[in-house]
Amino acid sequence: MINVEGLTKRYARTIAVDNISFEVQKGQIVGFLGPNGAGKTTTMRVLTCFMPPTAGKASVAGFDVLEQPMEVKKRIGYLPELPPVYGDMEVIEYLRFVGRLKGIPKADLKRRVDEVIERCAVGEVRTRLISKLSKGYRQRVGLSQAIIHNPDVLILDEPTAGLDPKQIIETRSLIKSLAGDHTIILSTHILPEVEQTCEQVIIISRGKLVATDSVHNLTNRLRGSEAVAVEVEGRDGAVNSAVILQRLEKVPGVSRVLAKESRGQRHIFEIESLQGRAIRPDLARAVVESGWNLNELRPVAVSLEEIFLQLTASDEAATPAGGVKQ
Amino acid sequence: MRNTVTIFQKEIKSYFASPIAYGLMAFFALISGYFFFAFTANFVERGIRMQMMGRGMPMDVNEWVIRPMLMNMSVVGLFVIPMITMRLFAEEKRLGTIELLATSPVRDLEIILGKWLAALVMYSAILALAGINTALLFLYGNPDWKPLLVGYLGLVLQGGTLLAIGAFISTTTRNQIIAGTATFAICLLLWVLDWASSYGTTSAAKVIAYLSVVTHFEPFAKGVIDSKDVIFYLSMIFFGLFLTSRSMESLRWRA
Ligand SMILES: Nc1ncnc2c1ncn2[C@@H]1O[C@H](COP(=O)(O)OP(=O)(O)OP(=O)(O)O)[C@@H](O)[C@H]1O
Ligand SMILES: [Mg+2]
Repeated sequence: MINVEGLTKRYARTIAVDNISFEVQKGQIVGFLGPNGAGKTTTMRVLTCFMPPTAGKASVAGFDVLEQPMEVKKRIGYLPELPPVYGDMEVIEYLRFVGRLKGIPKADLKRRVDEVIERCAVGEVRTRLISKLSKGYRQRVGLSQAIIHNPDVLILDEPTAGLDPKQIIETRSLIKSLAGDHTIILSTHILPEVEQTCEQVIIISRGKLVATDSVHNLTNRLRGSEAVAVEVEGRDGAVNSAVILQRLEKVPGVSRVLAKESRGQRHIFEIESLQGRAIRPDLARAVVESGWNLNELRPVAVSLEEIFLQLTASDEAATPAGGVKQ
Repeated sequence: MRNTVTIFQKEIKSYFASPIAYGLMAFFALISGYFFFAFTANFVERGIRMQMMGRGMPMDVNEWVIRPMLMNMSVVGLFVIPMITMRLFAEEKRLGTIELLATSPVRDLEIILGKWLAALVMYSAILALAGINTALLFLYGNPDWKPLLVGYLGLVLQGGTLLAIGAFISTTTRNQIIAGTATFAICLLLWVLDWASSYGTTSAAKVIAYLSVVTHFEPFAKGVIDSKDVIFYLSMIFFGLFLTSRSMESLRWRA
């Protein structure tokens, strides 16, 4: 659906995007991840035909952004970093304006406006002046604006920035509900957002592509070893935390055991496995056979946070072995 | 076409949603009301004096009231026009709504035309309101209305020219005040170019004087439509709008 090849964008002095290539399949939600100034907004502006690339190619739904911008524009909905709203318009008036601008036929306009008002839950403020709206509502109006013409591709620049936690959750589930019939690219620097909303992630840093993969693969691939948290409770009488620790260390495949905390009879450990070893069954057996209670045993996910920091760290050496670079 | 109408309607609404439109209308009506009063009083006084001197020659209202009125309105217009055009693009850039316009399936030209037409209608409304004074002349006298219409046509053409230039300047900045000030400076410049003609008859002076928007207005004020002047205004409008579209395009390259 979206094809980017060797895309480069140079401003007067800076190279904002440097020779990046990626592809997005139809119906996917892709997270566009990168620190400040990475070039996310710039890439999105090229994809939406707001500005032409300096070099390279980008196409949306098979139409090149330089050669057939009108066709591209018809097929995308775009929410810029700042919601592009007019303070002196009422919400409903604004949505009608955008609807006409996007070429919705007159006969469908009212229906489409009502639909997005419903979908983005802005009914309460439909006749309010946009200048009088809170940031969260403004963002929702911005989102309504992006989906009003039911575009094939949605490009959302930091759609949850500046929202309160409840609104963030609502917005994320709204975005998720849009996937399927829409192909979505959303940019963010919030990692959990990508883990929760996206299937695919594209990481860029300083204008360069660092990684592109499915969220699942990326976490797995970089999680060379498994990390597990266990809670052990002595069954009768006191058990020394050190005793348990010694026992756990003997389990095959375990590389390191860390005593996290002890509360009375309960002791919590974090255990790392050797590369590529499944240790959970053996751990469970070891605890139970020693006559202790196994209260909890769960994998600790290596967060995207760590991956992200590793990948975007300035020195190249930080790129992990196995190379996710494409 | 539909897009131009959409943009046009949005701009008109936005003008009338702000107090500036009404302020400008009041300002313009007040000033031209004062001129009207002054010219009419002068006219009446002269008439009485002439009669006392025993020369009961009929005097021409058109020549003594309408023509100077029109000339003055064309100058006052120079002050009003920057206020109308300064927000056209500068505000869209500041709000970020330019991103909405530029990523919608709408051509730049449609946006520019919609905005320029709205500005022209706004300016015409201001002129029309100020023109209510002249209606009094028709109530109490019998002036020739054709020169008045021609004069108004001239005002609209001159306005259209300066509005196109103002629109162009508004694309170059995101600061309305800067856009307004620069437009005012250019309007003033195009006005005083007229003076160049009084300092020399060299061809350079002639070319410079030719560019004066006021020089081309004078015949209209006299009730004369000269195709040369019409062509001047139309080509200046075209040129202004062309610059605007080039500027919008280059915005994308620089952005
Ligand atoms: N209009 C511009 N003119 C010049 N340089 C620019 C312009 N816009 C962005 N840049 C530069 O391009 C680089 C990439 O900026 P961009 O806005 O694309 O980053 P981003 O990933 O969206 O960052 P953020 O997370 O802060 O939004 C930055 O170094 C920035 O300074
Ligand atoms: Mg950005």
